Amino acid sequence: MPSTSYTTEFGSLNAFAKGGIEIIDDNPKNYAFSNIFEVAGSSRPWEKVAVGKNMEYVLEVIRAEGTSEWRTCAHDEFPLVMDGEVTIELVRLERPAVPADKAGSVRLAGEPVGARMGRMVLRRGHQALLPAHTAYRITATAPSVVLLQTIFGDDTVERWADICLS
Amino acid sequence: MSATEIASTAPNKQGYRSFGLGAFHFSRDEYFVHIDWPTGKHVLSADVFLRALQRDVAWDFFYGTVNFDAVFGTVNHYGTVDMFAGRFNEAYRKAELDHTENFDTTDIRETFKAMLEDWTNQGFDPFASPEETDKPFGVKDGSNTAAITRRRVAAQRMVGVPGDEQIRTDATHPINRMFADVAQDEPELYPEPGFEDEVCAYSLFAYLSRSDVTWNPSVVSVCKASLYCPTTEEYILPIFHGNDRVEWFVQLSDEITWEVQDRDTGSPRAKVTMRAGDVAAMPGDIRHQGYSPKRSMLLVWENASPELPELIRTGQASVYPVDF
Ligand SMILES: [Fe+2]
Repeated sequence: MPSTSYTTEFGSLNAFAKGGIEIIDDNPKNYAFSNIFEVAGSSRPWEKVAVGKNMEYVLEVIRAEGTSEWRTCAHDEFPLVMDGEVTIELVRLERPAVPADKAGSVRLAGEPVGARMGRMVLRRGHQALLPAHTAYRITATAPSVVLLQTIFGDDTVERWADICLS
Repeated sequence: MSATEIASTAPNKQGYRSFGLGAFHFSRDEYFVHIDWPTGKHVLSADVFLRALQRDVAWDFFYGTVNFDAVFGTVNHYGTVDMFAGRFNEAYRKAELDHTENFDTTDIRETFKAMLEDWTNQGFDPFASPEETDKPFGVKDGSNTAAITRRRVAAQRMVGVPGDEQIRTDATHPINRMFADVAQDEPELYPEPGFEDEVCAYSLFAYLSRSDVTWNPSVVSVCKASLYCPTTEEYILPIFHGNDRVEWFVQLSDEITWEVQDRDTGSPRAKVTMRAGDVAAMPGDIRHQGYSPKRSMLLVWENASPELPELIRTGQASVYPVDF
């Protein structure tokens, strides 16, 4: 009897099966095809590696491992956990640390000054809001993978030739 | 023509009204939809036509081109819409059998909505996978207004934020049979007093496991013009989407194969197979149709900036995602 039970494949840092491109009349570079887990596997902790870019907007893969620096951003950002577990602490900054039109997040020197807003524990598939002009710090006890919806910033890393099929 | 004046006939022998818009004429019988225009005529399966029509209506003509098949479709100009036959088909163009007319969005929207309402029988849900719905065929048999007028989900900031779109529960959105194994745990939130409304997170995967529609991107998070539009996919995307800007895909679960063709001619360019964790761009000069053997989670990432088509047209933005 054929089976009608299903297994949903999500992939992880340690187990993923990358797809590919069968070219008929094109250049594979036109698809900027990469894999989030592969990129995280070859990233340093907290490196913000662009895997998607559309004008000023980016998707960054972040290998979460240990404790990050405190960062802040003038606009909302949205982390989505793709593997593992992370804890995010939020602080409402007494005074914004970046101008309102600053794109992407910046590192804060030292401890943030402001009210503690609380923390969130996120596992695979969980998406969170990092509200504009808050400070945030992420911790992960085991290597974890975050995909961040944000805008190209000072610390966005581009290494397309290393990560994309060509 | 005003929105209330939809050109249609009395029901035919099979019970379906015929519709006209400009020089295009549409009719249906038990199995097929027939379209004619001054230089030609075309026939599509009612199944293909209604699934495509449902997306075009629900997405309000989407970004760029919605090809119902290799011949018929629409191009969104964001305020007006082109309806075309043969325009993105090299043989039709060469033979000069192609035809395009431009309409105010309101007029084509209202005609399409009326056609979808009249031609969708009870029991047929154009948003559902073929395994989850009755067939669309046969003589006129009631209607399915609730299914075809579902509210379009569009978060303003993020799902789960107070006052925004809320998470899905058993009461309204049971877990889909193909996602029965998807974890349903929600994030642990520990807000300090006074910050309960600002410490926000939810399970996107659980949310998607409860989606009752296929091939229907809906916004879950918004960073200015950057929109996360995830969707659950099963069987075949009912349209070939022709891009007017670069669009990105993040395969969140399982596998989809994309058939990619030249946007203007329909000539094959590539097959792109995406598995969980894969990221790929669809260039701004192609059309694509996806095949998903098992229900899968796809994150469609759009830049909704209204200037993009013009920037691409004038060469200030590329049709390709990145240069490397
Ligand atoms: Fe698309």
